[in-house]
Formats: sequence, C-alpha cells, structure tokens
Amino acid sequence: MEGKFSIGDAINYLVIFIFGFLCIFPFLYVFSISFTDPDVYIPLKFTVFPEKFSIRAYTWIIGTDSFINAMKSSVFVTVAGTILNLIVTFTAAYGLSRKEMPGNRLIMALITFTLVFSAGIVPNYILIKDLHMINSYSSIILPVLTNAWSLVVVRNFMLELPRELEEAARIDGCNDLQVFARVVLPLSGAVIATFTLFFAVAHWNSYFNTMIYITKSSKWTLPLLVKSMVVDSGAIGYAGGAGVGGDQKSVPQETIKMATIVLSMLPVIILYPFLQKYFVKGVLVGAVKG
Amino acid sequence: MPTAAKAYKPIGRYWLKVWREMRKYKFFYLLSLPALFYFALFRYVPMWGLLMAFQDYTPFKSFWNNNWVGVSQFTRMFSDPFFATMLRNTLALALMRLAFFFPIPIALAIMLNEVRHMAFKRIAQTVIYFPHFISWVVTASLTFFTLSVDIGFVNKMIVFLGGEQVTFLVNPDSFWAMILIQSIWKEAGWGTIIFMAAIAGIDTQLYEAAVVDGASRMRRIISITLPCIMPTIVVLLILRLGQIFDVGFEQILLMQNPLVREVAEIFDTYAYNQGIVQGQFSVGVAVGLFKSLIGLAFLMASNTIVRRLGSEGVY
Repeated sequence: MEGKFSIGDAINYLVIFIFGFLCIFPFLYVFSISFTDPDVYIPLKFTVFPEKFSIRAYTWIIGTDSFINAMKSSVFVTVAGTILNLIVTFTAAYGLSRKEMPGNRLIMALITFTLVFSAGIVPNYILIKDLHMINSYSSIILPVLTNAWSLVVVRNFMLELPRELEEAARIDGCNDLQVFARVVLPLSGAVIATFTLFFAVAHWNSYFNTMIYITKSSKWTLPLLVKSMVVDSGAIGYAGGAGVGGDQKSVPQETIKMATIVLSMLPVIILYPFLQKYFVKGVLVGAVKG
Repeated sequence: MPTAAKAYKPIGRYWLKVWREMRKYKFFYLLSLPALFYFALFRYVPMWGLLMAFQDYTPFKSFWNNNWVGVSQFTRMFSDPFFATMLRNTLALALMRLAFFFPIPIALAIMLNEVRHMAFKRIAQTVIYFPHFISWVVTASLTFFTLSVDIGFVNKMIVFLGGEQVTFLVNPDSFWAMILIQSIWKEAGWGTIIFMAAIAGIDTQLYEAAVVDGASRMRRIISITLPCIMPTIVVLLILRLGQIFDVGFEQILLMQNPLVREVAEIFDTYAYNQGIVQGQFSVGVAVGLFKSLIGLAFLMASNTIVRRLGSEGVY
C-alpha cells in the first residue's frame, strides 16, 4: 500500500529474520560439525566451520550393524505403514461418503469421538501385550492404521466429488469397484499425495510406540538408535551410546552423533519441498471443518 | 411417517426396509470394514480397560476376576504427595503454553503478512516451517548439542569467552522455560499457516477504506486484521483447551532426567512411569482417565461459553 520502508518495517523484518535464523542454525551447526575431520577435532573448542573437511564420521557410522539395521527397520516400517494407512483410510473415506447409507451418522459420531477421548497409555499397552504384538513391527503399524482426523478430512473431500461422474461411469458399465479404482482414486491424486507425506513423516519420526513396544535393540528404528546414542548420554555428559559400541578412538563421539542425526533427517530434508507444499494444503483442507 | 402411524404393525417391517437399504450399499460397507475394525479393536476395546481404574489389577488374573476396589485408586492417587507436584507441573506448563505458545503464531502470522518483499516472506516461511517435520528425538538431540555441558555450542561459546560452563539441562529452575522455548522453536512457525490463511481471506476493501480514513498500520492491524481472524483464534483456542493437559508427552519424556524429575513429571509421564515402567496398571489407568475427563470437560465448557458469547463453537 505505502511504498516507504519505515522503522516499524525494519523491526518487523529483523524479528522475523532472527526467528528464522534460530530455527535453522542448529541444523547448520550439526551439519557442519558432522563433517569435521577427526584430526582437527578438539573437544570443547567452539567452531562453526570445520577447519578440515572429512566424511569419516559418516563412513564409520554407516559401517556399523546397528545403524544399518535401524535404517532398514525405519524404511520397512515407513513404507509398509504408509501403504496400509493409505489403503485403510481411502477405502473407508469413500465407503463412508454415502450420507444416506443406514448407520453412517452413528459411525461418523463414533469415529469423531476418538478425536476427543482415548483410553490412554496403559489400556493401549495392555491390548498390544494381550495380542502378543510386543517386538513385532505390527505393534507400531497397526495401532496407527488410520486416524479420525485423516479419515474425516479425506471423507470431506470425497463428499465434494461430483456424483454425476460416478453415475456416468456406472451407465458405461463400471461396477462399484471399477468406479472406485478408475474414477474416484484418479480424481484424488493431490489428496493421496498429501496424505502419503503425512503418514510417511509420522512413521519416520515415530518414537513413543516404538520405545514401549519394541524392546529388542536389534529391532530398533532410527529414532530409538539416535535416542540411545545422543539423548541417553546427553544430559549428564556421559559419553557413550548403548546402541553403538566398538572402537571410537579414531573418530570422536560428537561427530559420529551428529552424522547419525544428519542421516536420520536425510529423507525429510530431501522431501522437504514437497512436504511444505502438500502439508500446507493438507492443514488448510483439515481446517475447513474445525 | 408410515412407521410411526402404523405402530401396531410388526416392527420387523421397519428393519426389513433398513436391511434392503443396507444391501444397496454393501460395497460401501465392505470398503469401510477395515477401518471400522481398526476403530473397534484399537480405539474402543481399550476403553474397557478404563474399568481397571476401579480394580486392583494384576495381569495374572483374568480381567473380571480382579479385585474391584471402587474409587480407592483415585483416593490413593489424590493422597499421593507426588500427585500435587505433578498437577502443579502440568498446570504450570499448560498455562505457559496458553500464554506464550498459543499467541506467538498469531503475532508471527500478522508480522509475516506485513512483509512486502515476497522473496523474503517465502524464504522466511520455508525456514520457520522446517522444524515441524523433525522428530522430537532429533529436536531433543539438537537441544543437547546446543545446551549440554560437554558438547553444547552455547557452553563452548561461554568457555571460549572465558566463562564457566552452565548446566542448563539438569537445572530444575530453567526446565519449564527450556520446554516452552523448545515447543516454540519447533511448532510456532508451523502454527502460523492457519492464521496466514485466515488473514488472506480478509476483504482488501476494508484496508483500502481504512487507508482513506487515514488509519495507521498499527491501527489497521488492531481494528481490521485481529477482529477478522478472531473466529479462527476462538476455534483454535477451544480445541487447545480440550487438550489443555497435553503439554508435550514425548518431548518431556525425552528431556526428563533424574535431576529435574521434581519439575518434569506431568500427567502422561506419571501414568507411563506408574502404569508401564512400574507395572501398577490400575494407577496408570486412573491417572489417564482423570486427565482425559478433564480435557473433555474443558472442551465442552469452553465451547458452551463461546456459544453463549455469540460466536460459533466447534460443534
């Protein structure tokens, strides 16, 4: 509206800049230190850029079985979990998109109720235990097979789809399944992309369920490994990770920890441009109805 | 209403009609089945477990054969001196979140909206959304790399400047502030999206008219922007109040250590420690149930108040 750049503008830009800088600085710092050459690494010395560049921390951590196993587990859980999430959520969202179907209102009410009330940590834990799912990856995939929020959002989208298209396909001889597979799903491309990312990020970052249900360290996912390497030894200052043992004299603990964190964030960083675009859409679609 | 008028007719006819109607939709029921099975098994079956709060449950007996003890788990819970500590911690964190964590995204959204260089705005948004996608485990790790005594860069900087190392992470006095800052760092940027969208929906004619009337920018923010996004703020506040006691379970679990336990135990960590770590299932369930019911009460109360005040609630 007005063209001139006032003092208010300057303060505004500065505050946003500082907040943005603080958001990104820890990542830059970790990224930078993870590439420090062990030969020039000095504990307690403050540096922002490594004096000598090296990828030895990375080659060391990639060479450990515990890291490779955790990476494999994380990839498996994320891929399998996301596929199942998509199947269950989209079939149900379409299935429940007929408002005139008997029982639809009751079913939706029961599903929405789980948004505001859940049994809590202990009953869920006992259920998983009684189902003998402890230490099986099903224990971290099945309890989050779908969720009320996603289902309601995708269903709202399906309700908006023009029925005429489905009717036309039926007249052309499609059965119910063909209508779903050839008309409804192709029209849902953007929503499928959005929720693929939602589900995948949730699985990749999942921590609490994995911690209580997966007790064998050989079956840990990346968050559990990072937690044991960094968090368990972090607060008190004790250096040594339960997850990774062996000779660490040649490469300092700190750079290894940072390299592990960078690697565990890698898929998210690579996907970030897509994540940002689709997540913003997803949040706004979800916001339309409360 | 034929069924109501002919109430003396066999009731079976009504159900026959429903059944016929249902058969028309059998494909749709079939598609919904996996999700319905999921909600039944993983969301509703555990609710039976809430009855454990009224038992002295041990896993060695079958569910119905456990000792029923009425509300004595709750009286025991309320009389535990640590319960008061935990309640204080949860309330303190909840209030701090309402006072700071809730309004900051609103302020940030308004500030971003005032930015007129689109490139700056886009880059700022890209950067401040990023921490949202990072897990709490990584966030906790980054906090250690920032604040820990031996590898935290803040301490390295203090040493570099000739000072003494500071034990941020094991200091009970700064624990709540640290948790709050961590939450703001991770989620405040992301929280702006919904308010940015609300601001984008405001009719620009309002601003043009205000400019003609000679309103300053601050005036326009206070008299146009804020009132226009108030419905969004109210809805989010109600939803927030419904989760008043969700003060960051994973986050606090990761940042907890024995030295700060006095200020770091909240409802969820208490339920987890008592119920799962120590195996006192009934205590854990009682704590969880208490927390869920308070959340539900807060949601309904705030919704009712908002509707009385003439705004639209969430239901």
